[in-house]
Amino acid sequence: MAYVAIADRDHEIEHHDPTTFITKYVWSQDHKVIAIQYGVTALFVGLIALILSGMMRLQLGFPNSFSFITPIEYYQFITMHGMIMVIFLLTALFLGGFGNYLIPLMIGARDMVFPYMNMVSYWLYLVSVIILLSSFFVTGGPTGAGWTLYPPQAILPGTPGTDWGIVLMLGSLAVFIVAFTMGGLNYVTTILQARARGMTLMRMPLSLWGIFVATILGLLAFPALFVSAVMMTLDKVAGTSFFMPAIMSMGETLSHEGGSPILFQHLFWFFGHPEVYIVALPAFGLVSDLLSTHARRNIFGYRMMVWAILAIGGLSFIVWAHHMYVSGMNPYFGFFFATTTLIIAVPTAIKVYNWVLTLWKGDIHLNTPMLFAIGFIFTFTHGGLTGIFLGNVVVDLPLSDTYFVVAHFHMVMGVSPILVVFGSIYHWYPKITGKMYNETLGKVHFWLTFLGTYAIYLPMHYLGFLGVPRRYFAMGDTEFIPESAFVLNQSITISALFVGVVQLLFLYNIIVSLKKGKPAGPNPWRATTLEWQTPDTPPKHGNWGDNLPVVHRWAYDYSVPGYHEDFIPQNVSPDEAPVTEEHGPDT
Amino acid sequence: MSEVVLTETESGAVADFSTDKQTFQVPWGKAMMWFFLLSDTFIFGSFLTGYMTVRMSARDAWPVPSEVFALSFGGDPIPLILIAIMTFILISSSGTMAMAVKMGYRGEKNKAFWLMLATAGFGLMFVSMQAFEWTKLIVDDGVRLWSNPMGASQFGSTFFMITGFHGLHVSAGVIYLIVVARRVKSGFYDRTRGNYEMVEIAGLYWHFVDLVWVFIFAFFYLW
Repeated sequence: MAYVAIADRDHEIEHHDPTTFITKYVWSQDHKVIAIQYGVTALFVGLIALILSGMMRLQLGFPNSFSFITPIEYYQFITMHGMIMVIFLLTALFLGGFGNYLIPLMIGARDMVFPYMNMVSYWLYLVSVIILLSSFFVTGGPTGAGWTLYPPQAILPGTPGTDWGIVLMLGSLAVFIVAFTMGGLNYVTTILQARARGMTLMRMPLSLWGIFVATILGLLAFPALFVSAVMMTLDKVAGTSFFMPAIMSMGETLSHEGGSPILFQHLFWFFGHPEVYIVALPAFGLVSDLLSTHARRNIFGYRMMVWAILAIGGLSFIVWAHHMYVSGMNPYFGFFFATTTLIIAVPTAIKVYNWVLTLWKGDIHLNTPMLFAIGFIFTFTHGGLTGIFLGNVVVDLPLSDTYFVVAHFHMVMGVSPILVVFGSIYHWYPKITGKMYNETLGKVHFWLTFLGTYAIYLPMHYLGFLGVPRRYFAMGDTEFIPESAFVLNQSITISALFVGVVQLLFLYNIIVSLKKGKPAGPNPWRATTLEWQTPDTPPKHGNWGDNLPVVHRWAYDYSVPGYHEDFIPQNVSPDEAPVTEEHGPDT
Repeated sequence: MSEVVLTETESGAVADFSTDKQTFQVPWGKAMMWFFLLSDTFIFGSFLTGYMTVRMSARDAWPVPSEVFALSFGGDPIPLILIAIMTFILISSSGTMAMAVKMGYRGEKNKAFWLMLATAGFGLMFVSMQAFEWTKLIVDDGVRLWSNPMGASQFGSTFFMITGFHGLHVSAGVIYLIVVARRVKSGFYDRTRGNYEMVEIAGLYWHFVDLVWVFIFAFFYLW
């Protein structure tokens, strides 16, 4: 049965505007408000995780100088820092925050397809955050099993937080997954089914392609984490033996036997590796739009960029065991997973080349968002190259569980996505608030953060080559670690604390600019995508006033010859301005 | 409003997927249900993979399904008789569900209502028989979530976890069906543009739960 698209029957549908304060700002079903709720919550927990990392660095840089950091707390800080940053900050911010804000605006829709479910998604996310943070206040504190939560140690006495911490952690993850599923179904369905007239998939801005594919990855990968959380909770609470082999603990034989710890690792990394791309793909997409807009140049190889995102998404499901080279799995697996891992370098390299070629001969405006975007190309290339080291089994074995790994994944999925987060917040801040942020402060924030992260992570590669193990509370006196490593650790700590404090500039900037910022106007970056063409800034409920936009061109008509402006918005008709759509290699 | 110019170079499947407005010519709810079921497939897939792994890693003997799941009606125990009936009931419920969808689209509200109730009834019977099966295992055979007198403790763990998770899906489906059935009866869908897609969407979920059962049946009872 043919089904009439929403864009064709917009006028038949009644739009109800929320009237009371509560329905407008608290129990809001408006995707823009939900996006801001997601974003603020995520930044708040991210701040907590940042403070935790500062505490860890204090201990590592100046061992035993701080009586309030014991080995137990150190492990709890590591664990919570990792889990919060990966799941509750980055995943929530990219998909719940940017996904919610940008999807309906960029495709020319009035809202998500199921706004009520979207609202529930946020409130469940908040519940999961509260459950997670409550573990700081229970007996034994939060879990200290490391963010990978490997059993058997994660649920046995001797690991911090085995009283309640681990149960709360698993419960919090389960609730988060339910919340994500509700949001994620909305994002995917909205992108596929609620686009404006003329908005084909191949005219969508790359931001949406990144968010779209990342959401699909999330919908398919989070189930594995959900299942392993259920099973580990049963192991802990009900005494089952899914992941627990026969084991001696504290001199006693436990009642567990016959379980498979490796099974957990497989399930965890079947989620965990796509999770890397759940964080990275939205960053890829957003940064593409930032680069194109601020270089006044169409994105180089749009089609290739789309296919690369899809290829990376597909490949990310068959590389998970490269996290397990030292786990004791069948060594023959190593060959397969090393091969697939290295193949991912191909689409990734295509993307990096295309970003650089987008800048080539561009009219580059070094605004704050652009600085962050270019910074991302550096840190991502850097982190990607060390990934090639670690993807090879023989190179990985000596480097495994050293600071080289810490440096690698912080460069590639810590610093790089965070730079994009900052760049994107600065970029869309004028649309979200209607005010301009302070440009000077933004630039200072960029340079201190960018150079600071190098001061933190470059020396860590060296520590890794020396063989300094990660996750250790203190190094102690060992022959293979020279004195210089201790000095480096101090320098890393000082840089880390400095970079942490610098983030206050960012918070100050976005909070004070709310009041004091200059009015930004509807389209300060003179960008082509639909969200900049809304009748109101910030966009009102329903986004588009009386008429939905009609799309006539792709998202990258910058510097088109023969047009009086250097950008042509997507909703400008071909009668008014030439269409320069990229037609792919065959035309 | 000038006509929208689309790229003309696409062909075949690519063209189908890259049109403007909507990719699939289906209502939003239906598309979303498909994506949800895809995600749910990965949940059950992970559960069953975990089950197979621990069945291989378990050190103690795995109970023989044809003996554990046998039921005696006075004479010799008949292997898998209960589960055969349960499976038959669940598959039958898919049949009534399909007829309900048809009646919904035909606008025969009353028939659609009763067929949906019949489906929900079959579902309820299935869950009740599952409760009976659990009771037999727990009370008569002494199987627990964490232990199993007949051998590997993982038998009890995986069995209760996975059939329990599936049972929750069936129970949720029964509630879902009853809600939709009531709305069919009360004419709720006549007020919202008079379409009965919701019946079909509920049906998608129901068929999925049945399909999952086929896999659980094969892996737990026939292996």
